[in-house]
Amino acid sequence: MFGTHYRIERKSVVLAVAIMVVASIGGLIEIAPLFTIDETVETDPDMRVYTPLELAGRNIYIREGCYACHSQMIRTLQDEVERYGHYSLAVESKYDHPMLWGSKRTGPDLARIGGKYSDQWHTAHLNNPRDVVPQSIMPRYHWLSETELQAAHLGDNLRALRKVGVPYTDEMIANAPADAMAQASPDDDTAGLAKRYGEATQIRYFDGDKRTVSEMDALVAYLQVLGKLSDATQVPPGGKQAP
Amino acid sequence: MISGLTVSERQLGLAILVALAFIGLAMAAAGAARADPMQAHGFIVLLFSLGILCVLLKGYSAPEPPETRFESYYDDPSKVGIVIAMLWAVFGMFIGDWVAWLLAFPDLTFDAAWSSFGRLRPAHTTGVIFGFGGNALIATSFHVMQRTSRARLADQFSPWFVLIGYNLFCILAVSGYFMGITQSKEYAEPEWYADIWLVIVWVTYLLLYLRTLAGRKEPHIYVANWYYLAFILVVAILHIVNNLAVPASFAGAKSYSLFSGVQDAMTQWWYGHNAVAFFLTAGFLGMMYYYLPKRAERPIYSYRMSIIGFWGITFFYMWAGSHHLHYTALPQWVQTLGMTFSVMLLVPSWIAAANALLTLNGAWHKVRDDATLRFMMMAAVFYGLSTFEGSFMAIRSVNSLSHYTDWTIGHVHAGAMGWVALITFGSIYAVVPWLWKRERIHSPALVEVHFWLALAGTLIYVFAMWNSGIIQGLMWRTYNDSGTLAYSFLDSMIAMHPYYVARAIGGLLFLIGAIVGCYNIWMTIRRPSATPAPSSDTPLPTNLQPAE
Repeated sequence: MFGTHYRIERKSVVLAVAIMVVASIGGLIEIAPLFTIDETVETDPDMRVYTPLELAGRNIYIREGCYACHSQMIRTLQDEVERYGHYSLAVESKYDHPMLWGSKRTGPDLARIGGKYSDQWHTAHLNNPRDVVPQSIMPRYHWLSETELQAAHLGDNLRALRKVGVPYTDEMIANAPADAMAQASPDDDTAGLAKRYGEATQIRYFDGDKRTVSEMDALVAYLQVLGKLSDATQVPPGGKQAP
Repeated sequence: MISGLTVSERQLGLAILVALAFIGLAMAAAGAARADPMQAHGFIVLLFSLGILCVLLKGYSAPEPPETRFESYYDDPSKVGIVIAMLWAVFGMFIGDWVAWLLAFPDLTFDAAWSSFGRLRPAHTTGVIFGFGGNALIATSFHVMQRTSRARLADQFSPWFVLIGYNLFCILAVSGYFMGITQSKEYAEPEWYADIWLVIVWVTYLLLYLRTLAGRKEPHIYVANWYYLAFILVVAILHIVNNLAVPASFAGAKSYSLFSGVQDAMTQWWYGHNAVAFFLTAGFLGMMYYYLPKRAERPIYSYRMSIIGFWGITFFYMWAGSHHLHYTALPQWVQTLGMTFSVMLLVPSWIAAANALLTLNGAWHKVRDDATLRFMMMAAVFYGLSTFEGSFMAIRSVNSLSHYTDWTIGHVHAGAMGWVALITFGSIYAVVPWLWKRERIHSPALVEVHFWLALAGTLIYVFAMWNSGIIQGLMWRTYNDSGTLAYSFLDSMIAMHPYYVARAIGGLLFLIGAIVGCYNIWMTIRRPSATPAPSSDTPLPTNLQPAE
């Protein structure tokens, strides 16, 4: 054994190839099957995609590094399920490129934050967390309300996501900027938006400010939809609803 | 520096810098058309290349270097690399201590977008891991590979391309986070164009390494080079696979990961954990296997232990990443594999740590007297401790408590401060007098001061985070008599405050130590040069045939 090595360590290319082969085995066995085994991700035909406004909000969430302090993955532990809700299923992050499961909870998990608090609470909390939670150590994001949302190129974002597997239609891509504006402006024409993304789409002034569609609107719209894209957690074991 | 390059190498540099300046200009223009933050990165690339261009032009007309250059090792890139590494260390640790204080006092900030925790945190991790660690690895690898091969670097141009190009990557990464350019994959946050640039730099690095090894005059490749080679090769694989993404537009910074959900999580932590394995462990083990025996003037304790340790680490580590995803939506079988291999990983890790410590047999009096060697010894101890902790935390039931808490932060800092930074400081203190041909370091007393500041800082930090992490984990899962959760999340957060203050103090001590180190190294460089290099520190003539 050591004799063989005595020869290997005299050949730099042999050594390099050996390192690559030995190092590749673990990854191949653990990662490759995840793409081929059907049980990896549950099926949910009703799973819906993010609207352009929610996607813009998600991009702001990523930009501000929120993932560094908030997880979006409820583990299958009793205290987590009681604290945050049903444990997270694989299908719920099926359209998340990349996933935002996180690795640290300096703040609480956000996987099911959607609908738990009002828009006003989220807006106030993001403006200055200590106004609503005096002991909070979260930074203030008050400039989000003052920054107009850049929606002009959202279509490119949807197109890129379609390339990696999110089922956005041509119509969704073409109307992305308009849909983003419409979702935060309920007084405008929102019929197209509801037709494309479903009647359940939340359409309102998320930050309460009717004048502009701001980054705050987008981020709150995203937070309010977390945990609500899929109904898979409502389905009892066995699949079908009991009669 | 420039006078050491031949005229044709200077011209090649000129051509590449002009091309880079045009790329920067194009990025700035494309970004400006869409009001995209890529515009700012275009200007950074432009300014960076023009800055280096000025340096090059200033020395451009210097006479050609003499033929005698082939009679000595090429150490200029190592020297520059070490200085840059120390600058990144101070920057990265400063940001780290700042964010530590922010968690105790959240308003200690400029109330601006760029200075919020979420943007500073990746600037800290990237500044320390890639800025400090990466530059130290590149600089020492150039030094070690020449000495252990008894051969000069394969050429004079590519070491500079690697070093300067790598730092451009680091600058793009860190400046990007301040502006909100990130793909949110931990430790792989830079966007697509920075990633592509890193691939170009890294392949050049690999080729340089292989070419230098091919020209070696020693029959065997020394164990330090196995580790450096594994570090370069596997980091390339990890980086490319984890960063596969589709840009939203070639005129914008934003891109979308090729993978989603479960597959993305597994790929990310396969990358994330193996960045620990092959960047923060293998590379620094390469450093340890050369500088520790050299400084102790003792041969490595066991050749066979080196072999088992090396291949064990190369094989087992690549399975361990899924232990970051216990109890999540990742299939159970992958979690179990990750846990099993993480536990087995303890064997090669401890073999490597034991091999280092046993090398000191017969030299322990030197450890007592020489703080430089003590840095390396203490690094080996922390390496052993934190790998034990890592295997322990990968066990599913332990992980249910530790995951998402500060315990993880404590664990990585036991590794980052106790192992990575200590071995680096020790190696730098050893190599600086050799490289600059000085008799000794400027002040051994200040090395002593740095050692105790670093050790005290690490211990305070790690103990604070052990306490806070375990308390946090226990509070989250505590039930009262009526069967409901006893504490709100906020309760657990409030309980962390004293530990966060302690952690910030520990980090401050560590930062002060690094600043003391910078001063000491700078004063060493400024000392008058001592004797010329001993004959043992020269490459063998090129007309000798390499060993293979």
